[in-house]
Amino acid sequence: MKLTEFFTALAVMAAVTYLVRALPFGLMQRKITNRFLQSVLYYIPYAVLAAMTFPGILYCTKQMLPSAVGTGVALVLSYRGRGMVTVALAACAAVGLMMLIL
Amino acid sequence: MSDYKQGLRDGIPIALGYFFVSFSFGITGVAQGLYWWEVTLISMLNLTSAGQFAGMKIMLGGGSLAELAISQLIINLRYSLMSISLSQKVDGKFRGASRWALGFGITDEIFGVSVNRDREVSRSYFLGLMTLPYLGWSGGTLGGGVFGSILPAGITEVMSIAIYGMFLAIIVPKAKSDLHVLWVVLIAAAVSCLLYYAPVFSGVSVGTSIIICALAASTIGAILFPVSVTEEKTGGAA
Repeated sequence: MKLTEFFTALAVMAAVTYLVRALPFGLMQRKITNRFLQSVLYYIPYAVLAAMTFPGILYCTKQMLPSAVGTGVALVLSYRGRGMVTVALAACAAVGLMMLIL
Repeated sequence: MSDYKQGLRDGIPIALGYFFVSFSFGITGVAQGLYWWEVTLISMLNLTSAGQFAGMKIMLGGGSLAELAISQLIINLRYSLMSISLSQKVDGKFRGASRWALGFGITDEIFGVSVNRDREVSRSYFLGLMTLPYLGWSGGTLGGGVFGSILPAGITEVMSIAIYGMFLAIIVPKAKSDLHVLWVVLIAAAVSCLLYYAPVFSGVSVGTSIIICALAASTIGAILFPVSVTEEKTGGAA
C-alpha cells in the first residue's frame, strides 16, 4: 500500500472513530429515548463481533484443524466466564499444540 | 488518594489486557504487509479493537474510503451510546474542551469502569483511568509490530487467534445471560457465513459484509426483542 493511501485511510478511520465518541459526549445533554434506536445500539456490538469472528476464526491458521480446536477451547472457557486474556492465551496455546502435533 | 491516582490504579487491569490483545494486532498487521510504525499509528489514533481490525482488513483489501468510513461508523456506533451515558455521570467541571479531549478515551472497558464508579466521574479520574490503557494499547501494538517481523511465522500464526478469542470472551458470557443477544449473535454469524461461502456473494468485500451483518442482525433483534428504555443497557465489546 502506498504511503499516501495509508495516511488517507488512517485519517478517515481516526476521524470517524473520534467523532463517534466525542460528538455525543461534547454535545448531548440528554439520553436517547427512542426504543427502536436504543435496541439497535444495544445489539450492534455483539452482531459486529460475531460477524467478524465467524467464519474468520476458522481461517486464522493455514490448516483449519488448529483453528477449529482453538475456537472450541475459546468457546468453552468464555462460556465458563473466563476473562479475555485467559481465553485468548488458552486459544493460542491450543492452536500451538495442534500445530506441533500435525 | 487523588482522583488521578485512583484512576491510574483502576486502569491497570485494562492496560494489561489491552497490551496482550494489541500485541497480537501488531503481529497480524505486520504479517499482512503493514510497517511496524503504521500499525502503531493506527492504534495510537484509534484506540479500538474491532474497528481497527476491520479497518486494517479493508485498507489492505483495497476497499474504498466510503466503505472504510461507514464500517467504522457502524462498528463504533456503540461508543456514541456510551458517551451519552457517560455524559450523565460526570461532575460539573467535566465539560467543554475537556469533554472534547478526553472523549477520545471512551472504550468499552474504560466506559464500563467509569460508569460503575460509586460517585461522579471527574476529569482527573477519567484522565488517570485512560492513561495506562492507552499506553498498553499503543505499546502492545508497537511490540507486536516490531517483534512480529522477526518472530518465526509459526508464532505469529499461533497468536493470530488471540483477537478472536477476545471477541468470544465478550460475546459468549453476554449471550449466555441474555438469550436475545444469543439470537442476534447467531443471525449475524449465519449471515456472515452466507456472504462468505455463497458464490453469489463472492464480490462482497469484508467491510460491506460487516455492515450488512451488523445492521441485519441488530435490526431483527430490535424488532423481535426490543430493549426496555428504562433498563440501563449498554454494549460491552472492545
